[in-house]
Amino acid sequence: MQDAIRTRDLTKSFGEVRALDGVDLTVRTGEVHGFLGPNGAGKSTTMRTLLGLLRGDGGEVELLGGDPWRDAVSLHRRLAYVPGDVHLWPNLTGGEAIDLLGDLRGGVDRSRRDQLLERFDLDPTKRCSAYSKGNRQKVALVAGFAADVELYLLDEPTSGLDPLMLSVFQDVVREVKVAGRTVLLSSHILSEAEALCDRVSIIRRGRIVESGSLADLRHLTRTTLRIRTSRPLEGLEKWPGIHEVQRDGDETSFVVDADHLAAVVRDVGDHGVIALTSNPPTLEQLFMHHYGDDLGATTAVVA
Amino acid sequence: MSAPTVPDTTRRSARPRVGGTHLTGLARLLRLALRRDRLVLSAWVVGIGVIGVSSVGGVTQRFASEAERTSAAAFSADNPISRVFNGPAGGADLGALAFTESFVILAVLVAVMAIQAVVRHTRAEEDAGRAELLGSAAVGRHARLVTAWVVAAIACSTAGLVYTATMLGSGLAPAGSLAAGAALAAVGLVFAGVATVTAQAFSSARAATGAGVAALGGAFLLRAVGDLGGEVADGGTVLVSAWPSWLSPLGWGQQVRPFLDDRWWVVVVAVLASAALVAAAAVLSARRDLGVGILPARRGPDRAPRSLRGVFGLAWRLQRGTLLAWGIGLSIIGTSFGAVGEGVEELLAENQELADVLASAAPGSSPTDTFFAFTMTLLGIAVGAFVVQSLLRLRGEEAGGRLEPVLASAVSRVRWMASHLVIAIAGSAVLLLVVGVTTGAAYIAASGADTSAMGGIVGAALTQIPAAWVLGGLTVLAFAVVPRWTAAVGWSAVGFTFVVGQLGDALDLPQAVGNLSPFTHIPAMPAVDPDPLPLLVLSAVAVVSTLVGVAILRRRDLAIAA
Repeated sequence: MQDAIRTRDLTKSFGEVRALDGVDLTVRTGEVHGFLGPNGAGKSTTMRTLLGLLRGDGGEVELLGGDPWRDAVSLHRRLAYVPGDVHLWPNLTGGEAIDLLGDLRGGVDRSRRDQLLERFDLDPTKRCSAYSKGNRQKVALVAGFAADVELYLLDEPTSGLDPLMLSVFQDVVREVKVAGRTVLLSSHILSEAEALCDRVSIIRRGRIVESGSLADLRHLTRTTLRIRTSRPLEGLEKWPGIHEVQRDGDETSFVVDADHLAAVVRDVGDHGVIALTSNPPTLEQLFMHHYGDDLGATTAVVA
Repeated sequence: MSAPTVPDTTRRSARPRVGGTHLTGLARLLRLALRRDRLVLSAWVVGIGVIGVSSVGGVTQRFASEAERTSAAAFSADNPISRVFNGPAGGADLGALAFTESFVILAVLVAVMAIQAVVRHTRAEEDAGRAELLGSAAVGRHARLVTAWVVAAIACSTAGLVYTATMLGSGLAPAGSLAAGAALAAVGLVFAGVATVTAQAFSSARAATGAGVAALGGAFLLRAVGDLGGEVADGGTVLVSAWPSWLSPLGWGQQVRPFLDDRWWVVVVAVLASAALVAAAAVLSARRDLGVGILPARRGPDRAPRSLRGVFGLAWRLQRGTLLAWGIGLSIIGTSFGAVGEGVEELLAENQELADVLASAAPGSSPTDTFFAFTMTLLGIAVGAFVVQSLLRLRGEEAGGRLEPVLASAVSRVRWMASHLVIAIAGSAVLLLVVGVTTGAAYIAASGADTSAMGGIVGAALTQIPAAWVLGGLTVLAFAVVPRWTAAVGWSAVGFTFVVGQLGDALDLPQAVGNLSPFTHIPAMPAVDPDPLPLLVLSAVAVVSTLVGVAILRRRDLAIAA
């Protein structure tokens, strides 16, 4: 099947600042794709370029088989966008804003709109100027998900939502996925991506540094093992691919590089394993793997 | 356990004061507010000062003899238009003439400045969420409210001092000059107090400012009624206002009567009223929560009405209030200009300066026609200001982040711009038609002139349309090319055309500079026959600059904060 989004070597500069430095992003039709990175990495710039609000300086962008700059209007009928920082017209009510935005896209599904309002527990009769940040976010979410479209572009859509609403949001995303729709979900909240995404792309300083399914990415990094053995694991530190060894009585914990995992498990077996727990790397660790040197640099400066 | 190692003296000074007063933090808040406002308030005071200098200077240079002054004061005391717009005449003293002619406009400006300053530091801060941050710090309950009022008081007093200095500079008596400055500051102070109350009552900055300005409008009307019903005294040179003037804070300023009897006790009344209003606001403020008003925020419809569907519906919703306000304002001005049309010849006999200006505009035509040609230029520039203001919405939507979701839906940039352009273009035509009809109707009703006069006046109003559109085209071009400077370019253009149109002769501007204003090229109907060529050229300039702006906007990135 055709990919919903494909960028090749996409670049975008604002004056001296290179916001996008060759982004290669592929989102397959029908998947929930996590777009991860800290603030300022280029997530929103990529989103806006995908929407044709900004024009890329170089590279290729293809969205739903079209050019987002040239075919903006016809493509926008087939997608819904939820910005991270929602600005609304202060003198319109939330209900009016939802209807207006839906109408500008080409129509609202009434029953779906009302059902979403109820699920997100939003009062549509208040003026937008009276809404809190979380409620403005809900307006954008209801307006976005009330649209029956092929692609949902969600730019950090959950900032300001409380945990209850977060779970409503996750349910809704799962529903659109079951319905065969594509979702690009940008976030810096890793647990959110872990809960929802089939595949993720990690962006750093305007480049995609990692892309793939969570399973794929986990191969790239380390697994944590916690082991109790009948015979002590002497000289473990010297084994290839082993780091961060900690001993606590007869229990030993350490992390293993993905490509040494098989050999380590085999060798550990010779020491009479009593108990073994293994933790796959969390997205957090994947993330730190790519941003670790930035953090190291920061720490060094602070120190 | 670790405390005793700290020296006693530093402990005492570092310990936060328990309790504190309702005004804790006032000094620091005041410094912050003055720092934030230094540009905007300076601009206001300078602007008010410039108008004061030109107005006072115009009067003091105009009258040479005692007889001229007496006749001018008698005319001013008797003439209804003069009573409504300038207020009560205060005798034949040169200072009194200068005060009467300059005070109303200055007082209105000072009041607007004060209202805006107070709302900016109270309700607008709550809207922006900054008040919450301050409220969590060691700041007294009423410190923000009083800070806002003090900032406004400082600005009003400065404007008053500038007014006094202007009068002293024109050689007027020190006692009267001082009283005049105090009267100006006092009016501002009362409206600062009014705004502290509206900021508590309404739950948005827009509504709070709107209510303050509405109160100012009411004050103007009250004193207009009181002055119209006043009685002439003291040999016909003094107008004693009727009681409604005493209900109006604007009227209080005039009742100080500088250069006549310098009634300082009226200034005291105004200051006390302002203090009472602040006290009332403090009581209201203590009875409400942060972020909400005493008057509950109105609920609205849970569904969009049919009229809001689509991008044109949105533009109309965003612009209709502005258009309506302009329509009402221009109708009132048009009606009053029309009503004075008959008295122009009489007025010109009194005012040689104005007569010269009018005569130079269209030599050889009747004074009334020349007067209407002159006022239609002025009103054309006002409608140009409407065009600029409504097109600045384009930038407002973009900068406010509200354009992003619109363009992310199935709306093209051209369609979005067209939605606002239609309102600016059609709105300006409608407004000028309203101006022409109200002016013409009031003229015919007041003077009993033949109804055929309507055609000439409406025609004169409508010929302004292309020039107003040129200002719009420039604004669109600025929005496309230098979006962050759209407002600066648009308002500078309006200001420039106003200076050229109103003060061009007085300032002796070179013709080349004057020609840069599109209104210079509009034929001075009804004094002269219309020449279609300049109208066509101006229309072409407006259309081309708008289209170029739209074409550029299609290609540029959205200028939004990252």
